[in-house]
Amino acid sequence: MSGELNTVPKGVAGPSTWLDDRLGGANFLKRNLRKIFPDHWSFLLGEIALYSFVILLLTGTFLTLWFNPSMTEVVYNGPYAPLKGVMMSEAYASALEISFEVRGGLLMRQMHHWAALLFVAGMTVHMLRVFFTGAYRKPREINWLIGVLLLSLALVEGLTGYSLPDDLLSGAGLRITEGVAISLPLVGTYITFFLFGGEYPGTDIIPRFYSLHILLIPGILLALISAHMVLMWVQKHTQMPGKSRTNTNVVGAPFYPAFMAKAGAYFLFTLGVIAGLATVAQINPIWLFGPYTPADISAGSQPDWYMGFLEGSLRIMPPWEWNLFGTAHAGTLPLSVIIPALVPLGIVMTGLALYPFLEQWVTGDRREHHVADRPRNNPHRTSIGMSGITFYGLLWLLGANDEIAANFHISLNWTTYIGRVLIFVGPALAYLITYRVCLGLQRSDAAVISHGVESGVIKRLPHGEFIEVHTPPADDIEAHMRGKQPVLMHPVREDAAGIPPKGMRGPLGKLRARMSRAYGGEKIPLDEGHGHGEDEHAAIGSGGDDDRSLTH
Amino acid sequence: MTDNEHEIEQPDERVPKRVIGTPAPGTPMLGQAEAAEAAGQDVPGVTLQDEAKARKAEKIVALCFTITFLAAIAFIISYVVFQVGTPDSTGVSNLALGGSLTVAVLGLAIGIVVWVRMIMPKYSLIQERHEMASDEPDREVVADTFVQGANESGFVKRKLLRRTLLLAAAPLGLVPLVLLRDLDNSNMPGAKFNKLLRHTVWGEKTKEGKPLRLVVEGTGQPIRAADFNSPGGILSVVPEGYEHDLNALAKATLILIKFRPEEIKGGVNQNWIHDGIVAYSKICTHVGCPAALYEQNTHHILCPCHQSTFDAADGAKVIFGPAARPLPQLPITVDDQGYLIAKGDFDVPVGPSYWERGDAEAEARMKGGQA
Repeated sequence: MSGELNTVPKGVAGPSTWLDDRLGGANFLKRNLRKIFPDHWSFLLGEIALYSFVILLLTGTFLTLWFNPSMTEVVYNGPYAPLKGVMMSEAYASALEISFEVRGGLLMRQMHHWAALLFVAGMTVHMLRVFFTGAYRKPREINWLIGVLLLSLALVEGLTGYSLPDDLLSGAGLRITEGVAISLPLVGTYITFFLFGGEYPGTDIIPRFYSLHILLIPGILLALISAHMVLMWVQKHTQMPGKSRTNTNVVGAPFYPAFMAKAGAYFLFTLGVIAGLATVAQINPIWLFGPYTPADISAGSQPDWYMGFLEGSLRIMPPWEWNLFGTAHAGTLPLSVIIPALVPLGIVMTGLALYPFLEQWVTGDRREHHVADRPRNNPHRTSIGMSGITFYGLLWLLGANDEIAANFHISLNWTTYIGRVLIFVGPALAYLITYRVCLGLQRSDAAVISHGVESGVIKRLPHGEFIEVHTPPADDIEAHMRGKQPVLMHPVREDAAGIPPKGMRGPLGKLRARMSRAYGGEKIPLDEGHGHGEDEHAAIGSGGDDDRSLTH
Repeated sequence: MTDNEHEIEQPDERVPKRVIGTPAPGTPMLGQAEAAEAAGQDVPGVTLQDEAKARKAEKIVALCFTITFLAAIAFIISYVVFQVGTPDSTGVSNLALGGSLTVAVLGLAIGIVVWVRMIMPKYSLIQERHEMASDEPDREVVADTFVQGANESGFVKRKLLRRTLLLAAAPLGLVPLVLLRDLDNSNMPGAKFNKLLRHTVWGEKTKEGKPLRLVVEGTGQPIRAADFNSPGGILSVVPEGYEHDLNALAKATLILIKFRPEEIKGGVNQNWIHDGIVAYSKICTHVGCPAALYEQNTHHILCPCHQSTFDAADGAKVIFGPAARPLPQLPITVDDQGYLIAKGDFDVPVGPSYWERGDAEAEARMKGGQA
């Protein structure tokens, strides 16, 4: 025994041959066992969502073994003393049973809830990574759309799950859902009556949400996640720019054994963190809220974090309501519900779904992209993304304006007034600031390329001036910076006769041409680092150049 | 035993003949580039770890895996030892089970990461990418096949077939939608939905034909007007006989506030109050949360969901927040025994607005009432 294998051991070879005789898998494995996966910390974000989903399926299945999705009223007779003798739904009673009478039940319930929060959080940051690095570009638009769909479905999945325990807090969420549904023009009352099986709350909504939550939506999620994975596998992962990395290769570690082991470990880390949170951080203590009744509510009711932005937009909306036909029994438009419930969600989700195609329309870029952009190198995209984050983030914060008011001793009304202004000003400011920061970072890259990095060596020149010697950047850093490519532009220049090119005519064409000029092109060329700050860099630059030739 | 196998290895044999995890040279399982890698001692893109370091790492990994082993056993023991039932015992069980599970899982995770980073080689392998688009000849073959198949099927040539197929598909697509019609569980015509929303149980009578009494939520006690005599006091009130009917409560829950006569402003309908006691719907006119918070000094009713604020002394008109309409006032009086009763139903629909609601307040005013 040398400690190394020379042939495939019999225990592996036997079953493998048996399987290959029937499936012919060697052809696939030959090409894929050593498939290369590029490495970057930000590529791990989506995996958090993936593994959280697996944990959700496992813990959720455990919960279904005891949970009873029924709204039949029963008298509680379990071990939790404060609720003894209280009327409650069977759903709430069985959620209490899971919490107090099943060993590990509370742990699984809390893990399920934490995993749900992490699932949506993982998807969100993963999506931001993909957006800011332009990884949604051709050929990955389909996968991007699947991602947007996944995120939307995850919100519905979260909402339906949140409503199941039928405690006072979950009921408040349900009531708001009903209030929003019934506000919709023309179809509102119909949708509500069909959804709730009659008037709110009825006795149907929890069994219905239950079948949506444990069967229909997870089934669709599972199918879409599988498609997401298959497409990622077939199209190969994007890579960050770097040494020997090009648009036609992938540099990284092989699936077997390195990536496989890393992915396994990462699943375990996600599981460990969720289990740890469920151990030490209490979440959704339903027994404290009591059973749901439409007559009561607790102050400081907060939804799960991913619903916070909708809550915030409902809170800052002014009280607008139109009665289009006066006293006639039709035509009431509760804008103070419809607008905040639909518009921000619509802007965010539609904007996300359309962005790859709008960008293509503006830049005319039909090339395949496999090298990710550094966010600074496409400043308009990054600014739009930051505007979106600011818009979403402000709404999210305002969803907790009562907590903000209470904890920071600000008038509650003022948090709302300020919010109404900030929601328009904030994204615009974020755009301007981000754009400037991106250009600044591009300049600093250009400075590193043309002048090198500070070496920490101070040199005195013959005429007495002190300078710091600059050395060229390390290979990998330079390669990373040189991965920058100008954003493509339409050929917008008019020809000799003053006629703009095809597709750039008419009002829409002109808009497209203007946007293309603004969006595209090279803002700060890498090798012209002298362009900005000529004076401050001149002495250091020349000194550095001199020294470079001396030391080499 | 595996520990010893590495101990007896020659220290100078740091570079093995082949890279760990790659099959022997020449096996058809390998791509060409990697066959070259595997053949050479100095494989580009695969940097082996220093054996001394790897040996040290192996010990760390072994420690991690042992911790996992112990923690998993601790989990099983905790399951048997710690019983649940009370909040306290459940807390202990949760801590023991969750703690041991966390340690077990993290031990395994950290062990594998150390294994990958310190024992497996460092990789910087390169694989070629190809355009996603298929080759032009392949596309042409597919296009030809499509055309051929379409023609063979007769779908293009036979108009009658094509059109009747479309005709057949149209109503079939509606079947799933039609099947959902009975979701409302009551077999009532759709036009009736919004009519239901206009009424609450306050318009009904008891079995004896008397108007419903106002009873305190939770205890079910009827309220004698004379007993509710502390100005500034507030009560959450439900209709007699419907204390546990959630559908009724979702529309009929009230807040009852007692005012001094001089505090009451013009917005309150004076005919609908009794001895300074005013009853408003508790269901917020924004999206239907119970507007449960009351500030005595300012007479403000606040909905905790979205902070719509109503002035209770002035007909619960909106003074802040997204709600667009005042909380409807319920006409109340007392019966011959001095208990508060409802004079009738609300004259406008309570709760959130909906398309068929119309300007119910104006409608009520036209009918002569004061909304």
